[in-house]
Amino acid sequence: MEHISKRFGATCALDDVDFDLRKGEVHALIGENGAGKSTLVKILSGAVSADAGSIFFDGHSFIPSNPLASRKQGIAMIYQELNLAPHLSVEENIMLGREIHRLGFMQGKTMQRAVEKALEFVRHPEIKSHIPIKKLSVGAKQIVEIARALVGKAKVLIMDEPTSSLTQEDTLRLFKVIQKLKNQGVSIIYISHFLEEVQKIADRFTVLRDGKKIHTGRMEETSVDDLIQMMVGQKFVEMFPKIDHEIGDVVLQLKGLKGKRMAAKVDLVLRRGEILGVAGLIGAGRTETLRTVFGLDSVEKGTIVVGTVETGYGTPWNRIGQSIGLLSEDRQEEGLALSLSVADNLTLSLFSPYKKFGLLRLKKRREAVQFWLKQARIKAQDPDQPVSGLSGGNQQKVALARLLHQEADILLLDEPTRGIDVMSKSQIYEWMGTLVQQGKSIIFVSSYLPELLGVCDKIAVFHRGNLIDFRPVSNWDTQSIMTVATLGRIAHENQVEHFDL
Amino acid sequence: MKTKSNILIFEEKMKDKNRIQTLLNWLGPFLGLFLVLVIFSSIPEVQDRFLRISNLRSVATQSVIVALGALGMTFVIISGGIDLSAASNIALASVITAFAINVGFSPVLALLFGVLTGGVVGLANGALITSLRLVPFIVTLGMLGIARGVAKWIAGNQKIDAPLTWVNEIMAKSPRPSWMLIAPGVWIMIFFAVAMAVILRYSVFGRHIFAIGSNEATARLCGIRISRNKILVYTIAGLFCGLSGVMEFSRLTVGDPTVAVGLELDVIAAVVIGGGSLSGGAGSILGSMIGVFIMAFLRNGCTMMGWPNYIQEIIIGAIIVAAVALDQIRHRQSA
Repeated sequence: MEHISKRFGATCALDDVDFDLRKGEVHALIGENGAGKSTLVKILSGAVSADAGSIFFDGHSFIPSNPLASRKQGIAMIYQELNLAPHLSVEENIMLGREIHRLGFMQGKTMQRAVEKALEFVRHPEIKSHIPIKKLSVGAKQIVEIARALVGKAKVLIMDEPTSSLTQEDTLRLFKVIQKLKNQGVSIIYISHFLEEVQKIADRFTVLRDGKKIHTGRMEETSVDDLIQMMVGQKFVEMFPKIDHEIGDVVLQLKGLKGKRMAAKVDLVLRRGEILGVAGLIGAGRTETLRTVFGLDSVEKGTIVVGTVETGYGTPWNRIGQSIGLLSEDRQEEGLALSLSVADNLTLSLFSPYKKFGLLRLKKRREAVQFWLKQARIKAQDPDQPVSGLSGGNQQKVALARLLHQEADILLLDEPTRGIDVMSKSQIYEWMGTLVQQGKSIIFVSSYLPELLGVCDKIAVFHRGNLIDFRPVSNWDTQSIMTVATLGRIAHENQVEHFDL
Repeated sequence: MKTKSNILIFEEKMKDKNRIQTLLNWLGPFLGLFLVLVIFSSIPEVQDRFLRISNLRSVATQSVIVALGALGMTFVIISGGIDLSAASNIALASVITAFAINVGFSPVLALLFGVLTGGVVGLANGALITSLRLVPFIVTLGMLGIARGVAKWIAGNQKIDAPLTWVNEIMAKSPRPSWMLIAPGVWIMIFFAVAMAVILRYSVFGRHIFAIGSNEATARLCGIRISRNKILVYTIAGLFCGLSGVMEFSRLTVGDPTVAVGLELDVIAAVVIGGGSLSGGAGSILGSMIGVFIMAFLRNGCTMMGWPNYIQEIIIGAIIVAAVALDQIRHRQSA
């Protein structure tokens, strides 16, 4: 792939990237969230098309105009969210879309033989050709996807974070299969955040950062530290206004909290007037923890102390009453009701100020909404227009303004700046500063490390469900955060004393 | 020299366009009804009979039963649900009312029993949907059978004759004190339509229903108590079915467990013609009422023309599809 570029709206996802893949090699593609890895492989697999650049496959120029065209060439993608029909059997799934038939009648025997050959190759104790997919573990499903690619005679396999939800055992099994595939001459593009794994399995690597290619090299000549250095680069901290604020008593405490979808127990202390940053990879447990605190997931173990009161599970309604607010990471699906008006979305969590005999005083609400639109500098034509008509940044500000309107003192913000423009971002940072100055407290989950370092008082890092390190922000840098997030510990002994509290 | 930049002129044009769009959106359902009225009053064979007061009166009275059901159904559909048990519930309520009068309860109590029966069925729907986390379609499909079965059981599988009381005058086509102009049942329908429209638009409960139907995840995030609100919605829908059942009894003067079979589809059709979205989050009482009257006038007009029943069915079927298609086109344009 040469000179590949891709823009999504105002953001440049890929900028003049070159990438080459050799026969029978495992090539790791690494970079932070949003560096452009997924976009690059999506272009190769035909899911999105490049704006510029050219692709050569086996020496021929090749334009992957749609997923089918790529599949015919022998490029198979194994997605993070698996692409299997849960009710169909292993065999049916493997043959789906490439059924062998004569005059429309399926050739059962021939298909069975093909499937058995593929399953023989991947060898997994759970997988039998007749059992339905939904009965398999995540690891086994992944293997079925690979078997499917084998039946399709894939020459290139793309794996996007294949191990992020696998157990140790399944990971090893997957690696064995990858080794076997390599020996057969299949090339593999392997995307992963887990650098130690990458180092074990990959022959070469390419690092992307902010849509640009930083380096391609041989894995054995490169240390994990070098990789991290390349991933984070030299980012300067900017546009983060430091607003003086005082840190006070404890307002929220999690004691051995374990929710339905959390992998491990979590302890955490949040103080009045504090911005606590939470870093970690996607799926490491950050979002799940916030959702458990807010009552969107049920509590299995442990307690949540709000102020000085111990509480177990509380519904979102209870939590809002305890002046806690949550900003969802998914603005489109959860954060906003897109078909409702700006006014409804802004006031949905607190109607009581406008209530009289159970009816809403719309005029009074309209005035209040206009005040908030002005306060939050939200560009909207009218409070009654549907929120879907606003830009991403303004939508996000509506979602945030809702928390302010409901007078939340503890704000749980999950990726508040994802996918919005720079102006809106800096405005949100400014807000956060003003809010803690007023004595509110914020838990700030983000995948963008510079902003965590720029606005937080303290940062903690999640690694595979465990909340690992709490340290004042001055004891962190992008490199150490990335190290803890990907390895679960600090890389070098000599760095420990530098970090130690 | 130009005094205005092209962009400004363009923006103003867009503003005007938006204004026309909102006006059209608001008028949309009215246009359908207007069209039906115009068509039938311009056909020479029926024109003089169609617009006569007595005919309008009888169309209004005929609409009461579907209209009351549609009031509750509007709430259910806006919340993203569906109630297939509506017609069975109406039949059950009519049987209970007749039964109660027959046993010797006063008409007031009998009427109350009828309405409450509907409420209980609705409450059961809501409780099952929220506690078992089943889709409304399944729960109310089951209730469609259960309520109808219970109605037949109580009535001993036949009509229950009840002595004539003032209850039967509620649906009389020409009301007794003639200053009432239309049947008391129609007045009741108008009263509740206004009340429910106000609740839907101006009450906190109404806003919460819209939010739940528009995006349940967001509603949950905003601390709206989903189960409680849903149970309330289905109970209200049930109560209206109960009231509708009482009207059915009043009209027929007997409690008939086999009445109103398939009527739930008319009720749903009325809501959908009036702009209700089966995926939730959209709909209005005014729209639903217009939907009811579009169907009622169509039936009435077709009957006057002497067209056979199957023609009516074909026309109404086509109207449902056309109305929803138009609504979607309108929304796509304004989006």
